[in-house]
Amino acid sequence: MNRDAKIGWFRLAALRAFAFTVVLLLIGRAAAYEADLGTLTRKAQAAAVKIYGAGGAGLEAYQSGFLVSPDGHIATAWSYVLDVQPIVVLDDGRRMDGTIVGFEPELELAIIKIEASELPYLPLSDTMPEIAEPVLAVSNLFGIASGDEPASVMQGMVAAVTSLDARRGTFKTPYSGPVLILDLVANNPGAAGGVVIDTQGRAIGMLGKELRDASAGVWLNYALPAMKLRPAIADIVAGRTVAEQSQKSVPLPADKSQSLSLLGIGLVPDVLEVTPAFVDRVIAKSPAASADLRPDDLILLIGNTRIESQRMLVDTLRFLDRRDPVVLTVQRDSRIVSIKIQL
Amino acid sequence: MALFVAMPIVSASEPITLDPRVEAAEQARIAAVKRAMPSTVSVFVPGGGGGGSGVLISPDGFALTNFHVSSPAGTYMRCGLSDGRIYDAVIVGIDPVGDLALIRLLGREDFPFAEMADSLKARVGQWCMVIGNPFLLNTNLKPTVSWGILSGVGRYQYPSGTLLEYADCLQTDASINPGNSGGPLYDADGRLLGIVGRASFEKRGRINVGVGYAISIQQAKNFLGDLHSGRIVDHATLGATVASDPDGGVRVSNILDTSDAYRRGLRYGDEILEIDGRSVNTANQVQNVLATFPALWRVRLTYRNDEGLQSTLVRLASVHGQDELLEKMAAALPPPPPAPDPKPEKEEEGGDGEKGDSDPVPIPIPNPHGEPSAEENSEIPEAVNALFQPRRGYANYYVNLQKQTQFIDSLKAQFPGVVSGATHDSWTIEGMTLGDDPKAVKLRVSDQEFELVVGDKTITATKSGELYDGITARNASGVLACLNSWRRMLRDGTDQFGECFYRGSVPLLGERPLRDWMVGVSGELETSWLSHPETKQVEAIEVFADRDDDPVELMIRWGESKSDRPESMEVRYGTDAVLTFKVDQWETENAPEAAQ
Repeated sequence: MNRDAKIGWFRLAALRAFAFTVVLLLIGRAAAYEADLGTLTRKAQAAAVKIYGAGGAGLEAYQSGFLVSPDGHIATAWSYVLDVQPIVVLDDGRRMDGTIVGFEPELELAIIKIEASELPYLPLSDTMPEIAEPVLAVSNLFGIASGDEPASVMQGMVAAVTSLDARRGTFKTPYSGPVLILDLVANNPGAAGGVVIDTQGRAIGMLGKELRDASAGVWLNYALPAMKLRPAIADIVAGRTVAEQSQKSVPLPADKSQSLSLLGIGLVPDVLEVTPAFVDRVIAKSPAASADLRPDDLILLIGNTRIESQRMLVDTLRFLDRRDPVVLTVQRDSRIVSIKIQL
Repeated sequence: MALFVAMPIVSASEPITLDPRVEAAEQARIAAVKRAMPSTVSVFVPGGGGGGSGVLISPDGFALTNFHVSSPAGTYMRCGLSDGRIYDAVIVGIDPVGDLALIRLLGREDFPFAEMADSLKARVGQWCMVIGNPFLLNTNLKPTVSWGILSGVGRYQYPSGTLLEYADCLQTDASINPGNSGGPLYDADGRLLGIVGRASFEKRGRINVGVGYAISIQQAKNFLGDLHSGRIVDHATLGATVASDPDGGVRVSNILDTSDAYRRGLRYGDEILEIDGRSVNTANQVQNVLATFPALWRVRLTYRNDEGLQSTLVRLASVHGQDELLEKMAAALPPPPPAPDPKPEKEEEGGDGEKGDSDPVPIPIPNPHGEPSAEENSEIPEAVNALFQPRRGYANYYVNLQKQTQFIDSLKAQFPGVVSGATHDSWTIEGMTLGDDPKAVKLRVSDQEFELVVGDKTITATKSGELYDGITARNASGVLACLNSWRRMLRDGTDQFGECFYRGSVPLLGERPLRDWMVGVSGELETSWLSHPETKQVEAIEVFADRDDDPVELMIRWGESKSDRPESMEVRYGTDAVLTFKVDQWETENAPEAAQ
């Protein structure tokens, strides 16, 4: 498609989408629509949750999330806030302990489970929204809503559907799929994990973590499309992906199991109760070196097991047979890299 | 962006027909903006010291803005309207805690003004618009319109610094930037919902981040009377602290035994259910309601204790002492506006070293025109000076004097002052108690003697000190203090009564409309007159002997005709009536020497 043809197509799409938006937004003045917008807003707020966890030193200890099942599964952004067991506050003011039941580093997605049932939840859209589709974004940005106050609601539209990795390094995120660019100032502190809904009340996206253009200094307003999150969420909710300890209850004997020294991995000093599994050094010519593990890599997963701390990493290795390969998921700068180490 | 740039080209070459509903909706929006915009004010501090926005609320030029917009200007501002004209404006009253200021535009009696909405009925998701003077762009006096929805209602924002508290405020995603401060938040029909004043800016610099707050117009309505007094007004406190109960509800966690709430029976552990008719379930909600009341308001409180549901009236206290308020206000005054062409803030990588201070702050005052020039600032027009008088504790004492004159004029115009030539040296009132066993009542007040006769019981006093004792003893003779204050105010006027001032407006027995509230202090007694805002008739007179105790209250019930004497009166302490009687006769006599 040449450039002109592209623009022509774009204009047409834009026009169609714009007319659609105008109809939806401006019919507005009729009382019925006001009521609809109010109903839609309430519906989204009812499924929105506030999440409190780790923070401090200039990092907000809160973020947002939304219910994706009636049984208490909550989609949220995978972030430092979840470094401790999170506390979830529901729209009705109930405060509950959350358990992280799954996460997908490449999608910057985590699923938290709370022990409750018959909760209002939002269905996930399985299609990509149209450009100029009107949307509402619901989040606990700036931690404005405290206690039982409902989350904040903002309106706008999908301004573009694009990919962030067109210029690698511009935006520091491990996520490389398509994003919804929003024309509302949605991605504020605490907004990550918030939900973006369409006029049908479907979740069409999840607000991402704050991202700033490394060169221009511009903050991005975007959401991860629900259709990209949907399969991972479905797997986690259905229990097909389990972020739990190995099923075996007894570790292997020391001479049969894996270990850091066998693999050739040295970690940063274990000084905290929950020290992240940052690689400090990789022994030359070791299996880890052959697999191209590098210093400063952060080990996130072994297989499907989430590694929260160095202690957990060491324990997990003790369940693994040293004859099997070790599959690591690590974060290297802003990228997620998969590494297979075979002794 | 490209999409909107491309769009007009398309519509130019291939005209599209809009759905008639779209057309109608668009026209309605245009009409709402047209309706709202004339009441929007662009505020400029003379001499180039910054500025902001405001909104006209009456045809005689009264306009609301933020305290943090009016304070750099002091007494005098220049205000532009969308008709392209500029008017001088004078400060009227300020509420430094609630960040409100009342100013008056001069030169017309037919200013366009905003219709007020009921902000208690505002709901999340409702369309709204902000019209104002962002970045002081309105040099052509055409206000800027931004459109959005209410993102939250009933928000409570913790005090910024030591003073400013935004309670029960409205949160919107309509674009709010420096210069929008003090301006109107309208609903989709162009009615006034609130006064813009605060925003979450944080690390993205001083520009809109989709979160702005407006003081609800409900709160402004509560404070309007106090702002019209020209005073520096304060907010209310219950005299008790509350905590949300983990099992639901909100309970008293501490209470001062000198508070009126304590006197009305509120105790530690009691569950608070309603304040001024609004139900409360959390500590935040309690503060949300309380912080929207001016100091010393009396409101209805419903609570539950071991004995069951209690509904009572509570006099709220002031959050600050007067000196404390003035001190804090001086400390909270915004720093001088930044110099022109400030250096852009240093961009930092990925948020390193940027403090996550998410407290919303008052929107900074933009100042594109440089430092204010002291010389220019001092040139206050004569018309403004004529309407201004400084006094400690006041933003503008001139307006208070005007209110005092209005009060005394209307007091003289109603019974028992209609007797021409009466000097009110003594009053004699006769009547019968109301109830199953009626008794004759006789009251007499003059400078030398005070007498109350009910049936065969007589109470007399010769000194005003004895009136004080009557009030502290909570007996019916307290009525003599009320009547004597009334008599003396009529005879002596505000100049000679004692220290007098117009306080503002307050509910009567917890009910609206808000009554005009005049205060006179004479000796040990402090008297309040509460008058109906339209009929101007005095409906209650309260006399305090001791601020930490109940005053005596005289409720005055008027008949149909304005010139008639009151039909009946009731004497009360707290929530108990101690004497209710029908008025049959009311004689006003002049002293022999005065009569000559």
